[in-house]
Amino acid sequence: MANNSGSGYKSSSAAERLYNGLVKENPTFVLMLGMCPTLAVTTSAMNGLGMGLTTMVVLALSNMIISLLRNIIPDKVRIPAFIVVIASFVTMVELLLEGFLPALYDALGLYIPLIVVNCIILGRAESYASKNPVIPSLFDGIGMGLGFSFALTCIGAVRELIGAGEIFGLHIMPDSYVPCAIFIMAPGAFFVLAGLTAIQNKIRINGERKGKDMSKIQSGCSEDCMNCADKGCSRRFYGASGGAEDISGEPETEAKRGKERG
Amino acid sequence: MVKELLIILISSSLVNNVVLSQFLGLCPFLGVSKKTNTAAGMGVAVIFVITLASAVAGVIYRFVLEKLGITYLQTIVFILVIAALVQFVEMFLKKFMPSLYQALGVYLPLITTNCAVLGIALTNVQKKYGILTGIVNGFATAVGFTVSIVILAGIREKMEYNDIPESFRGMPIVLVTAGLMAIAFCGFSGLL
Repeated sequence: MANNSGSGYKSSSAAERLYNGLVKENPTFVLMLGMCPTLAVTTSAMNGLGMGLTTMVVLALSNMIISLLRNIIPDKVRIPAFIVVIASFVTMVELLLEGFLPALYDALGLYIPLIVVNCIILGRAESYASKNPVIPSLFDGIGMGLGFSFALTCIGAVRELIGAGEIFGLHIMPDSYVPCAIFIMAPGAFFVLAGLTAIQNKIRINGERKGKDMSKIQSGCSEDCMNCADKGCSRRFYGASGGAEDISGEPETEAKRGKERG
Repeated sequence: MVKELLIILISSSLVNNVVLSQFLGLCPFLGVSKKTNTAAGMGVAVIFVITLASAVAGVIYRFVLEKLGITYLQTIVFILVIAALVQFVEMFLKKFMPSLYQALGVYLPLITTNCAVLGIALTNVQKKYGILTGIVNGFATAVGFTVSIVILAGIREKMEYNDIPESFRGMPIVLVTAGLMAIAFCGFSGLL
């Protein structure tokens, strides 16, 4: 059961889980999951960190509860059940933030409730927590959450540095530097992510030339949302049937889905 | 009233474009934009679902959540309602409008998880829109999505034949394109 996480390596110790989330399967830099909040809230390093930590709390707690309930939830309704667990934690976190950290609450706004539809959380619930014991699942959530926070903080720092000449609100660039404000506006997010995926592509191409297995690195939704479908994004309520193959609109998929429904 | 709705229509579809300035629904935006006709199909399906979802979510918020004083449950309720709604629409179309189902069916499962749908339902509540205003806002937002995904698909079709640096092939160049489109859409902010 322990190495059932779909990647085929030992995955039980807490430290290994943390390392896995932070480096090996970093949700942003390697798996490219949860891009909406990544782009939307990284206008500054602080916002990125806040969003990352909020997501981490939800991820760790929902992983824990889902792992506890993994033998009770019937297989057929597991996805809606996961969603309810996740949505409950998101609501709690949202209310807590509103009460205790109103500044962060205002900065993140709509993107707090939208943590519910973040691919990372449902993806981990589906691929790890629903198959593994409680403690590793908890640490898996913390590891993934830390990886996400780390990535968001980095992206936020880059955007803040170029767009405002600051990091965490501290003035870094010399006074002669003219901030390139477009980088803290919406288009900047796309450019930063473009740079990031380009670097990722480069690493993958180099790795493949050397004959390494680079299949784990995925670039966003390039393969027709394949990535998200894998991790449960578009299969959310549709078991294994809906998802990536549907986009191509091939008639055979129609038939296949009809059969599975009927 | 009409003037107010018109302003919402323009601001939600162009000025605060859902993908290019709010980053909602990025997944289908990047994933289903390889061909113009698929992009248009996705767009129409999104318009249909978001308009319907904002109507249903608005009614439920007004007459159930507010009446019972449990508005804090909105996130949970909305996500379940939207999921059930899409499932229901799919079954309904399959049974009663097979031709429409042929056209839109394949996109429907992808839309459930489109964060734009939940995003609009929550925005409507946050901005305290009434039911009608909420529906108009939902419709306008979805039109904005359709406009941008069709434009992106058009550009991507042309880009097929370009000589792009190796590491920028695939997703990176699409993101650069999206960034340039976002700059262009910034120009709309002078409209209001």
